[in-house]
Parts: sequence; structure tokens; C-alpha cells
Amino acid sequence: MPEERRNSHSLAWLAVLYAGLIALPYALSYSQQEILVFTTINVLLVMSYRLLTLTGEWSLGHVVIMGCGAYASALASKALGLPVPLSMLIGGVIAGLIAWALSYPLFRMKGFYFLIGSFAAGEIIRLLWKRFRDPFGGPKGIKRIPDLGTIEIGGFTIDFYEPVTYYYVALAVVSVSLFILWRIERSPIGLTFHAVHWQDKLAESVGVDTRRYRIQAFVIASFFAGISGALLAHYVGTINPNRFNVEEMVYVLTWAIVGGTATFYGPILGAVALIVINDILLRELGFDQLRPMFYGLILICSVLFLPKGLESLVPRISRLVRRGNHNPSPPKVQPQEGAE
Amino acid sequence: MLELLAQTALNATYAASYIALVAVGLVLIFGVMGVVNFAHGELYMLGAYAVVALYADAGFPFFLAAAVGLIFVGIVGIGMERTLFRPLRDNPLGGLVASIGFLLILQSLASVWFGVRMEHIPPSTQQILRFSDSVSLPVQRLYVIVGAVILLTALWLFLKRSRFGWALRASAQDPEAAALQGISINQTARIAMFIGAGLAGVAGALTAPLVRTFPYMGHSVIVTAFIVIIVGGVGSLEGAVLAAVIYAFVHTFVTTFFDGVIADIVGLSLMLLVLIVKPTGMFGTADRA
Repeated sequence: MPEERRNSHSLAWLAVLYAGLIALPYALSYSQQEILVFTTINVLLVMSYRLLTLTGEWSLGHVVIMGCGAYASALASKALGLPVPLSMLIGGVIAGLIAWALSYPLFRMKGFYFLIGSFAAGEIIRLLWKRFRDPFGGPKGIKRIPDLGTIEIGGFTIDFYEPVTYYYVALAVVSVSLFILWRIERSPIGLTFHAVHWQDKLAESVGVDTRRYRIQAFVIASFFAGISGALLAHYVGTINPNRFNVEEMVYVLTWAIVGGTATFYGPILGAVALIVINDILLRELGFDQLRPMFYGLILICSVLFLPKGLESLVPRISRLVRRGNHNPSPPKVQPQEGAE
Repeated sequence: MLELLAQTALNATYAASYIALVAVGLVLIFGVMGVVNFAHGELYMLGAYAVVALYADAGFPFFLAAAVGLIFVGIVGIGMERTLFRPLRDNPLGGLVASIGFLLILQSLASVWFGVRMEHIPPSTQQILRFSDSVSLPVQRLYVIVGAVILLTALWLFLKRSRFGWALRASAQDPEAAALQGISINQTARIAMFIGAGLAGVAGALTAPLVRTFPYMGHSVIVTAFIVIIVGGVGSLEGAVLAAVIYAFVHTFVTTFFDGVIADIVGLSLMLLVLIVKPTGMFGTADRA
């Protein structure tokens, strides 16, 4: 297929997708709309995590970094009185800066040691929130975080406290962020991230400072994690240290592993599929207590039986579909079946 | 002041005992199989619930319940080896992720069977050893200390003297060479998993009347165990025991003189410092991760 035709093809698909996403909240109940907002925020979280995994490092502190963004944004808007959109941006920047500071000790480690080191660093930050009532609010966290408020345009009042309107805000922010993440991955920096992961000795031998690129990926990933945290904070209005504990991290890890991280859509697939099953199906069927077990089983099954994630199914399925569509002479079994 | 120090040292010795049991098991599993078992804290929790079910609810003797806890959790460990770690042997990160999945399953099962409320287990003995007016050691705690010393000595003798122990250490050092010598990797992995899990289980069982037993109790245990194995050196049993003692003393003293959260922060910082300065820990040599 020529490049241009393929591009217009995928643009058309993207337009269809967004039309669906914009219409989606009207097909859902109020509580499902709320889950939709969280899902949108979590998509950004897991996608920022994917950028970090591109360089081959798996962190267990990413949710705490998200919390850094949430706390920073909440404090900037509540204690300093800054406008909410500005404090969200500050949340992202602070998360990135904290990651930058942490990267100096953490990137002396690799593999399992990085995993444990990032966990330790995250727990220390979380315990600091817990310990220091001023300004972090201690175990109870920060309450009454300012929301986006209401704006009036030509007689219409738009209330950003409503899930549907907040969903559109989150969708816009997340879309822009994902576009930036996508451009980064396609840029020379992104290709270097891949090289750092798969060929780090080779990359070093041609003069690539692999540590510098690992740090870059970590800081950029943390910035977007911080943005997702800020989106969360100004929606729920209350944040506390437990909201960013290691259990939440396990969920993010599960989304990334179940979806797969080789493609751009893998983690989105994983997050959306699991959140829909977990929060909508299981909750409404009344299996609340068994939901961690569901995550556990899914995690084990996907490591054992689908180690490349859900994304590895997509080419296979699309190949099947394409064979069905484009084959001028379909297999002879089917017409016979139809004739009988 | 001296008495406070003595009392805190006694408390630290008790903490060091059960932490050492948990951490040594974790190190053994890592050494032989190369897998970081995140579900180790939940194995501890299972051991504690064995005592809840058999001793507190069914009325069996405390030590019988603890022994059953050891064997039961050891068998769960063998099951984990067979279903999770053996198929994922060539994929260390896979084993780690699978153990996280297993952790969630065990937590859910415990909360479904026993509920999420905290269990109050009556102590099996009310006796208290009094050394002076303000220095004392409940016999219940002494059980944990004595149990840890006996079990760890037995493990040490087993590893150094018996044929199985030789095989275990050989496959920890070099699995391929060990396999070439006719040592069954599956067999040694099974034994290591039984011992490692069993030690976590018996630690949970022995401490059950002294701590709050609830489905999520494994979290703080696994964090502590990780700190200990990193500080001691990943893969070193002696290092794990020594680090357990150091950690327990630091943590108990900081808790006594400051507060618990600060003690947790100090512990984690200690681990981070070791990771930065000397990632192989005090005794570690192997770098299998």
C-alpha cells in the first residue's frame, strides 16, 4: 500500500475512533462515566510507563511519581492559589524534576536492582507524605482540592465537575500527551531508546551515552505520569498516600504486561480491557472481593500463555480478517455449508 | 536508660528472629531458582492463618498448628514451583511477575475465607521472663527466638552436611554444571521451594499470636525481607541472617526513640544506600538478576 493512502486510511480510522470516544459517555450510566474518566487518566499513566519500559527498565515507583504530580498540583492550586490548568502543568514539571533527582542514584542500578531501588525510593516519598502533616496532610492527605470550576460561554454554563465534561478535558489532555509520546518514539531519541534496550553494548560502542538516554526516558515518562496525577487530583478532590501505594502500581504493571509494550496500542488495550472487565463487569456482578484474584489470575495466565501480550493477537486477527475480505475466491467449504 | 536499652535489645532480637526466617527463605529461593518471590510475604500470612484455623478456631496445640503451618506452606511452595516457576525458568522477570499475580490470589482467598478483619489469637502461654522491673521477655516471643535458632541451625547443617544440601548449593552456584553432574534441577528447585516457603510459613505461624493477623499483613513483611536481602547481599544466607539482625536493631531502636514511620524511612534509605554504594550487599557475590 502506498504511504499516502495508508496515512489517509489510518487518519480516517482515527476520526472514527474519536467520534466514538466523544459519543461514548452518552451511552453510559453515571458511575460508568466516572470509570471512563479514570480509564482515560490511567491510559496516560500506563502509556508514560511504557516510555520508560522502552529503555528496558521496569520501575515500581511510577505510581508514586504520579502521586508527586497530584500532590504538587493540588498544593499549587490550593495553598498557592494558582489557576488549576497552570498547577496541573506544574504538577507534571515537579514530577519530572523529582524523577531527574532520583535518576542519579537509581540509574546506577539495572534490572532487578532498579526495580527494587525504584520501589524503595517510591516508598520513602510515600512515607514522607504520611509523616509530614504540613504540607502533605499526613495519612489523610489533601482534601478539598480546587476543581476546574465552571465557565460560561454564550449563555451555556459548562460545569467541569460533571464526569462528562471532565472526561472531555481529560480526553483532550491525554490525546495531546499521547501524540507527543508518539512523536518522541518516532524521533531519533525514541529510536535510541530502543537501541539502549536491545543493544546497549552496541549503542555504547558507537558513542551513545545509554545512561543519559535512560534518564531522559525516565524524566519524560515521569512528567506525563505527573500530568495524569494532576488530572486525577482535580477530579476526585481528595488525595492521600494510600491512593499511590504499591497495589496501584501492580495494576499498572498488569495493564502493561497483559497488553504488551512492544506496540504503541498494547498498553492502552491492556488497560482498557482490564478496567472494563474489572470495574464494570465484576463490580456489577457483585464479585467485589474477588477482583484482586482476577488481576492475579490474568497476570499469571498472560505471563504463562501470552508472554507478548494482547497486542500480539492483533496482527493475527487482522490477518484473518484481511484474508476474509481480500480473498476473491473464499475457501470452498463455506459456500457448501451455506447451500445445505 | 540502661534498662530501656536492654528491653529494646530484647525486642530487636525477637524481630531479628522472624525476619531472618523469612529472609533466609527468600534468599534460598532466589539462589537456587533465580526467581524473586514477591509472594513471600503472603506465604508468611498463610502460616499465620494456619495457626488461626488450627489453634485459635479448632483448638489444636499451638506447636502442632505451627508445624502444620510449616509443612502446609512448604507444600504451597512446591505447588508454586511446579505451576509458576518451572515453566518460566528461562524468564526471571516472568517468574517475578507471576509471583505478584500469586500474591494477589492468596490475598483474595484469605480475605474471602477469613474476612478482612484482624484476628485476635489468644497467646499460647502467659508466662513472662522477668529480668528486672522493666526488662522482660514474654515466653511467646522466646518461642520465636528459639524456633528461629533451631530451624536456621538445622538448615545450615542440612546445607553443609547432607547430599541434598551439596546438590542445592551446587545448583545455586552453577545450574548447568550441576545438571551435568546428574543433579536434578527440578528436584533441587522443589526442595529449595519447600524449605523457603516453609520457613516463611513457620515464621508467620510462630508470630501469629504476637502480631495482627489479616490478609494484607504480608506487605510490610516482604518490604522488610527485601531490605534485608539487599543489605545482606542477594544470594547470601549468612548475609541475610546478619542483615536481619542489623535491620531489626536499627528499626526497633529508631521506633523506640523516634517513631515507626521514621524507622521505615531509615530502613528503606539503608537499602537504597547499599544499592547505590555496594549493590552486591555485605556478602553477596552472585549477580544473577
